[in-house]
Amino acid sequence: MDMLYNILIDPFVQMVDAPDFLIQVVWEGFVAGVLYALIALGFVLIYKASGVFNFAQGIMVVFAGLSLVGLHEKGVPAWLALILAIGIMAILAVCIEKFVMRPLVGQPDIILLMATIGMTYFLIGLGEVIFGGEPKQMITSELGLPTGSTAFEMGERGLVILQHIDIAAAVIALLMVGGLAVFFNRTRIGRALRAVADDHTAALSVGISLNQIWAIVWFAAGIVALATGIMWGARSDVSFALEIVALKALPVLILGGFTSIPGAIIGGLIIGIGEKIGEIYWGSLVGGGIESWLAYVIALIFLLFRPQGLFGEKIIERI
Amino acid sequence: MRMRTLLAGSVLVGLAASFAAPALAEDSVYIQLPTYRTGPYAGSGIHIANGMSDYLAMINERDGGVNGVKIAFDECETGYDTQKGVECYEQAKAKNTLVFNPWSTGITLQVIPKSSVDKIPVLSMAYGLSAAADGNTFPWVFNPPDTYWDGLSAIIKYIGDQEGGMEGLKGKKIGYIFLDAGYGREPIPLLDNLAQKYGFEVLQYPVPGKEMQNQSSQWLSIRRDRPDYVVMWGWGAMNPTAVKEAVKNRFDMSKFIGVWWAGGDEDARAGGAGAKGYKSVSFNNVGADYPALQDIKKLVVDAGKSHTPANTVGENLYNRGVVNAVYMVEAIRIAQEMTGKKVINAEDMRVGLENLKIDEARLEAIGLKGMIAPIEITCANHSGHHSLFIQEWDGEKWTPATDWFSPMTEEVTPILMQASKDYATSNAPWPTREDACPAN
Repeated sequence: MDMLYNILIDPFVQMVDAPDFLIQVVWEGFVAGVLYALIALGFVLIYKASGVFNFAQGIMVVFAGLSLVGLHEKGVPAWLALILAIGIMAILAVCIEKFVMRPLVGQPDIILLMATIGMTYFLIGLGEVIFGGEPKQMITSELGLPTGSTAFEMGERGLVILQHIDIAAAVIALLMVGGLAVFFNRTRIGRALRAVADDHTAALSVGISLNQIWAIVWFAAGIVALATGIMWGARSDVSFALEIVALKALPVLILGGFTSIPGAIIGGLIIGIGEKIGEIYWGSLVGGGIESWLAYVIALIFLLFRPQGLFGEKIIERI
Repeated sequence: MRMRTLLAGSVLVGLAASFAAPALAEDSVYIQLPTYRTGPYAGSGIHIANGMSDYLAMINERDGGVNGVKIAFDECETGYDTQKGVECYEQAKAKNTLVFNPWSTGITLQVIPKSSVDKIPVLSMAYGLSAAADGNTFPWVFNPPDTYWDGLSAIIKYIGDQEGGMEGLKGKKIGYIFLDAGYGREPIPLLDNLAQKYGFEVLQYPVPGKEMQNQSSQWLSIRRDRPDYVVMWGWGAMNPTAVKEAVKNRFDMSKFIGVWWAGGDEDARAGGAGAKGYKSVSFNNVGADYPALQDIKKLVVDAGKSHTPANTVGENLYNRGVVNAVYMVEAIRIAQEMTGKKVINAEDMRVGLENLKIDEARLEAIGLKGMIAPIEITCANHSGHHSLFIQEWDGEKWTPATDWFSPMTEEVTPILMQASKDYATSNAPWPTREDACPAN
């Protein structure tokens, strides 16, 4: 009976008793969700354009963040370092297209997946050789990003603390999604990209360059990775451990679908908020630490009802 | 005829050279240094690795080795991965290492059963299996100067002091945030035991390895539970993230105390000005003014024979790497004296470690007086349960917050001896020690 009370009643009593804390939990989940969504966005961009599940997206986040901080450590001013980091991601995109994607055109998906796994380890090694293995502090204030926090008092003991960097992360993520939506829908390259996503052969037949499109989409994923690296790096630090955190995007992709940009955002928020509420209000019943697998449980529950994910394209195969 | 003579002469010279080579090799001993300069734990591992290798390099440069015997050493990258660590152990064994320093509790637990079979001493300085301090059961394992249980008991003792005595702990809530791995779980049995004895409540906050940089849930729980103190058993990327989260959640930093491995300079620096007041228990002081460290700077770092950035010499984890190397060098020296051999082997090294004694006079002689406390290991006690102190982050550097004080040895020893017995029982048939330790 106690067990049932602890599962079904007590968490909701806690939520009502401390609404400020509930708001804080939801906010933290929202921010985590935004960051998961940013990582998932990188996966979606590449999957949409080339059908490749880019296992290297996590290390691209680390590589982009390290490039930025590493250049600044060498004395490059923050904004110039940011521009150069964008340039590095562009060079990386061209190299990936030329040396990985192009030679593997027409190969089975599993080969492309293995190629991205190989890229992951190559980039880990390259990053460690260039920047060393030590974690680096993100240059948050040098980039003009806000630091500090604002606290809102609620009732006698209630307190909600909002970190300015978290607010900035949410705003940047929204701007990025908006920018990508405009890019995909309103520009010629964006329309070409959608054409490639729909049918490679048809796109080729109307004169669209697959190589160019792939380089652009890997570059866009690189920009998303840089934004993620900056935001996540500001919350902890920029280290190779971030690469593991990037795998949190997997349940987001399962939930939101591999091809949907809105799916990545909504999926990220559901996973972020869901895992935080689950961990805080139900986690202690099983000794805590449920966050790492709860995200997958949430995604699997959704999968039972929508195997293609919330916004993924329904696959209909005629026999 | 001349040509034949020339050929014969060449062969003879070649033969002489081939005999001469082992003679040269006999003037050196080999130690493998398992390290992790890569991966999620590199932030801590790099400083330790630098400290260890720089001290050994300095001994070779300044003194020509230990009593004329050079220390040949190389690194084996484990990435803090247990499987890779075991592979490093096998490589070290093949190359006749004098001693194996796992630098991971997970790796230590794996190699403990192998060490007695392979007759290679394991030096797990202030980490690993606490029960291994029992030299009667674990003749091949050494964990000076203190075990994790000593560290935890010292932290609880310090908290007791802050509360006006151990009776002041009654009714208090102590949060325990830990890396959810063998390392972080190691002190839990003692923590539960002390909680029962002193009447405080323990709240556990495990941090999975994959979530080290994503601790908002743990810190939200801490905010909700409002523990009076939080004790941290973190490593690698977990530490700076935890300090940042504590600052973010406005936790009273003077009541946030880490184990010695959560006391890196970069760990605290990550929290910015808000991290001021964060504490960690320690067994070495910081600073580069000690003569031995000055020699390292002059002969190794400034001479370009090291990976170490000059400004990190003297930081907390760097100095701790030096301490580990000091233990090894002193054990070699003692083993040479006790066995009468210049070039010792791993079995001799065990003798050296088991008789390791570094008193004030010796500390002065090696140029580290004041950086560490004197230590003594005995046949029965492979840790020594030495004095510790609490250090505090002043916003820029670590400063001592207390004098040296003893851990709660009287609390730890009976539990430790029982744990040692339990280990031997559950791993039966556990080899018995060939040469029993003297009764006292």
